[in-house]
Amino acid sequence: MRFDSLIDSVGGTPLVGLPILSPSPDVRLWAKLEDHNPTGSIKDRAALAMILRAEKEGLLRPGSTILEPTSGNTGISLAMVARQRGYRIVCVMPENTSIERTQLLTMWGAQIISSPAAGGSNEAVRRAKEIAAEHPDWVMLYQYGNPANADAHYEGTGPEILADLPEVTHFVAGLGTTGTLMGAGRFFREHKPSVRIVAAEPRYGELVYGLRNLDEGFVPELYDASLIDSRFSVGPRDAVRRVRQLVESEGIFAGVSTGAILHAALAQAKKCLDAGESADIVFVVCDGGWKYLSTGAYEGTLDEAEDKLDGQLWA
Amino acid sequence: MAIQVRIPTILRTYTDGDRVVEGSGSTVTELIDQLEADHTGIKERLVENGEARRFVNIYVNDEDIRFTGNLGTPVADGDTVVILPAVAGGSGV
Repeated sequence: MRFDSLIDSVGGTPLVGLPILSPSPDVRLWAKLEDHNPTGSIKDRAALAMILRAEKEGLLRPGSTILEPTSGNTGISLAMVARQRGYRIVCVMPENTSIERTQLLTMWGAQIISSPAAGGSNEAVRRAKEIAAEHPDWVMLYQYGNPANADAHYEGTGPEILADLPEVTHFVAGLGTTGTLMGAGRFFREHKPSVRIVAAEPRYGELVYGLRNLDEGFVPELYDASLIDSRFSVGPRDAVRRVRQLVESEGIFAGVSTGAILHAALAQAKKCLDAGESADIVFVVCDGGWKYLSTGAYEGTLDEAEDKLDGQLWA
Repeated sequence: MAIQVRIPTILRTYTDGDRVVEGSGSTVTELIDQLEADHTGIKERLVENGEARRFVNIYVNDEDIRFTGNLGTPVADGDTVVILPAVAGGSGV
């Protein structure tokens, strides 16, 4: 495969079967390897789509500054694209994310503003909105509410899966900005409505939820519950257990959030097995495990890994 | 065996600081009515117009009740119910 530049190579990722983790010959699991994107995560799709849309709409011009609340991957993807296209980039990131993410963002040329650990991504979003108000000339692409984020999956991820696996019955992805699920979900609703859309939501430790007011929570503007059929909440213990299982049995070394998605995919697989239905369940491998080695997720006992992840934004 | 209900920090003022309380009922509605009897005031923080409040997520055995019948979702002894505020995050955003 040949491309004119790195950003032209975004998407078109492999879909691989999981012969060992699939529970039966009739209930099959498939992994969409988004770590094969240029910066190693699914966020390359959304970042490229948001920048191209903003250029088309005249919001971004050479020399513009992009501002984005991000726990890492989106910032890395935006920085990779921004640098090649002549933009400066500022990321607002919770301080309780892994050290590798800070190092990578800096390497790709982003400037980082830290937001307090308590409150997690909600706090980063709030802080980014404040900074945007102080710098009206900066462009906040805002992945949580930017339709181009979901469109990247409507135009890319969804069609790629249907082309590679026309018999697909379920699509399982993580619920963060909701862009992947909303875009691919809308694609399948229109092109193969029998596909069930399953969300895996990371469940963090107490510190992240803190004293979050129940009347002022956060639901991304992109989120439309009608595009989802079931939603699982997955804690760090199950996420770690599954991410280890994935590398031990299938050789796929993924980030911790993928463990949460695999957990939901296996829960769905068990439901299909118990109901005597055949199924082809596609789940998203968001990124590789490299950026999370320092979190302790891959070594020691499950108890130790769970303790180390407590208070971290592991997904 | 009862139903275990995990209470978020913000609501522990109603449970004397307890992180986990026990409840009973055959649906989430009945469970919340039982919680209200033991911890007066908690129901109003969870339910609005017969549905879970917008920024309150309730999970029965890790599955969000909004996709399994909302407050009518069945529960049984031995189940774990988790109540959480809605937060941003996931997939390395």
